[in-house]
Amino acid sequence: MKIRLLLLAFSLGIFACGGNEAQTSDATSEVKTEKDNPENPSYDPKRGTGKFTNVEISPTIDLVMVKKGKSHFDLKCGSCHRLNTERLVGPGWKGVTARRAPEWIMNFITNTDEMINKDPQVQAQLELCLVRMPNQNLSDADARSIYEFMRQNDTKK
Amino acid sequence: MKSNINPIPLFLLLAALTVQSCKPKNAGNLISADAATKTYVAPGQYDEFYNLVSGGFSGQMSVYGLPSGRLFRVIPVFSVDPEKGYGYSEETKPMLNTSHGFIPWDDLHHTELSQTNGEVDGRWIFGNANNTPRVARIDLTSFKTSEIIELPNSAGNHSSPFITENTEYVVAGTRFSVPPDNSNGDVPINTFKKNFKGYISFISVKKENGEMDLAFQIECPGVNFDLSHAGKGKSHGWFFFSCYNTEQANTLLEVNASQRDKDFIMAVNWKKAEEYIKAGKAKRIPAKYAHNKYNEKTHTATSEMKTEVLVLDSKALKEICYFIPCPKSPHGCDVDPTGEFIVGSGKLAALIPVFSFDKMMKAIANKQFDGDFEGIPVIKYEAALYGEVKKPGLGPLHTEFDGNGNAYTTFFVSSEVVKWNIKDLKVVDRVPTYYSVGHLCIPGGDSKKPNAKYLIAYNKITKDRYLPTGPELAQSAQLYDISGEKMQMILDFPTIGEPHYAQAISADLLKNKQIKFYKIEENANKYVTKGEGEARVVRDGNVVHVYMTSIRSHFAPDNIEGIKLGDEVYIHVTNLEQDWDVPHGFAIKGARNAELLIMPGETQTMKWIPERIGIFPMYCTDFCSALHQEMQGYIRVSPKNSPVPISFSLGTNKPLAKK
Repeated sequence: MKIRLLLLAFSLGIFACGGNEAQTSDATSEVKTEKDNPENPSYDPKRGTGKFTNVEISPTIDLVMVKKGKSHFDLKCGSCHRLNTERLVGPGWKGVTARRAPEWIMNFITNTDEMINKDPQVQAQLELCLVRMPNQNLSDADARSIYEFMRQNDTKK
Repeated sequence: MKSNINPIPLFLLLAALTVQSCKPKNAGNLISADAATKTYVAPGQYDEFYNLVSGGFSGQMSVYGLPSGRLFRVIPVFSVDPEKGYGYSEETKPMLNTSHGFIPWDDLHHTELSQTNGEVDGRWIFGNANNTPRVARIDLTSFKTSEIIELPNSAGNHSSPFITENTEYVVAGTRFSVPPDNSNGDVPINTFKKNFKGYISFISVKKENGEMDLAFQIECPGVNFDLSHAGKGKSHGWFFFSCYNTEQANTLLEVNASQRDKDFIMAVNWKKAEEYIKAGKAKRIPAKYAHNKYNEKTHTATSEMKTEVLVLDSKALKEICYFIPCPKSPHGCDVDPTGEFIVGSGKLAALIPVFSFDKMMKAIANKQFDGDFEGIPVIKYEAALYGEVKKPGLGPLHTEFDGNGNAYTTFFVSSEVVKWNIKDLKVVDRVPTYYSVGHLCIPGGDSKKPNAKYLIAYNKITKDRYLPTGPELAQSAQLYDISGEKMQMILDFPTIGEPHYAQAISADLLKNKQIKFYKIEENANKYVTKGEGEARVVRDGNVVHVYMTSIRSHFAPDNIEGIKLGDEVYIHVTNLEQDWDVPHGFAIKGARNAELLIMPGETQTMKWIPERIGIFPMYCTDFCSALHQEMQGYIRVSPKNSPVPISFSLGTNKPLAKK
């Protein structure tokens, strides 16, 4: 129990996994992790690593894609992620599109293991969550629809 | 007394003098200094070959790497495997169904890889059930048993599952002749000659998906069929079966089936059999046999009971079967890569007869027969004989080939493998085995294109080869480098069950086509749960279905109440993971059942009949993540008449606030 409390305190004190009442600001985590990346200077913490370098985002939300994204979420993501800020196994998705660039999110979804091994933000998160995010083998199109679903989720008040 | 005892040591002394190397004094001397480098596969490196080995009386098939001898997997085939839930989960139970009902065990003797144009193609591997006659097909993209077909009119399916060069057919010959299933079997045992028949079966294999069907059977005289191999190249269209007990004994076969100087190899012209079927000469005979298939989309097996089989009468329909005399209870029956030479191994003989396909065909054309046996023509021995390998060793059993004109025969009694030249029938080399070798395997060694770098000997007796483990010792295989003129022993490795025949295949043909996980979108199991949102518990009378999901590291739901004594509970667990190497296990305290082991994207079902009131923990048995030990839940079981309603939850069933 003590360990649990400690962990909770840790997550409250720092960021990223977003404990039940975590109120950490996105900006803080962003700044912190960028600073935390001295040993791997070639790594682009904004983009992450993977095939996506530039994801085109239209100003309006594509509802067809959102619908697809939601079905992928229900099947493959919802076991571990909430749509609010609560952490379940992984962090809640609310605000994720503001915290992370679309390229970073797409790379993380499709190139999970390499990102877990290289990305300082993900590594910091792993120290809190202790479960490596599974690669759910989503296609590029699946990943893109999930990003659209995240965008839509972030527009909701 | 004295006169009874004395001859034995004398005989032993004689045998020791005349037969070399039954048991060399120092096995260490035979191992050359580079054996270690030849078998060392560094950590993280892959082996060069897969070795698919029969598990004998374990009923399973094992998968080793060569040259390291490392065990990778045991594929459950004919026996239940609680570790994998095979034969315990609702989805896999039908695989072990037979006309006798569910059978939890069998004895798998031989493995045979599918072939195209006489070369191993790495699509499937077949295995035989020796006790309750069946043939299984294992898919080599999943290393799972995909299909099992039972064989009627048979008992002791030993000469199986050997295949034709394009996998047109898998054959099976009955070891025990028995009264046909459709006849009155309630007859005196000593009416063998009159009432007992030997059936051989031809199972067709669909080119596209491997699906098997019992195409036809041939009713033959009552003898014991032992082993078989298909013709290839010029002899494609023929199949060769060794037979013993042509004495037709039904008791003390050890003595009574060893009377005749020669038994037979039966040559079967299966193309002729096909012609007779086309001409409508086969009879549809009532029979009952199970055909079980595992569907990779529903992750569920189904068992269908078949009711008839096409039978050809070898006595009435001429030119299908011929007998070739073969010395002393032949065991192995092996065809060289060219298809010209048929090697019979009389297990009680001190020579190896080699038959010529061309000579056999000439003998048939010229009717060079020595009468008949129960209506089947017997070809004159010399008319079909190419030659004999003289004094090769004692107790020849099985032969494989290297494609360079050499044959390799195992000798059970003198514990050795002997390499001999097929053309001049001269012994080239011999190496000891430890001990009493049965089968042997060369990669592709019974195909048109052997890949003869290694030879593996599968021994029947281990004795002192490994650290002792009580009365039952490890089974033993030995690896030889046969790339040079001389065979060189380079490794011992223990095996499961008792290894009989085995096959080996270049790793390149299999390693890149493995299924890594099942796509959850394509999961068509009737009880799939596609996402946690669909997780639920449904009561239907006293039957309760639990639709559960698993992902690192929780089950949904993980708190279930409202189960009552008298309920029949089906827990359908869908593994939502979509990555390689993330199975989840599932077990419930007190369930008189095995665990489930659910591959990513798969659904498997445990039937549970609660027998006590109380709280029953359940947990994941396969270490899945750092929070694996948290992957658990509770099920509450209440009395039969309890008012507790069905409820289920994940993460919300928290202590009630204090009033």
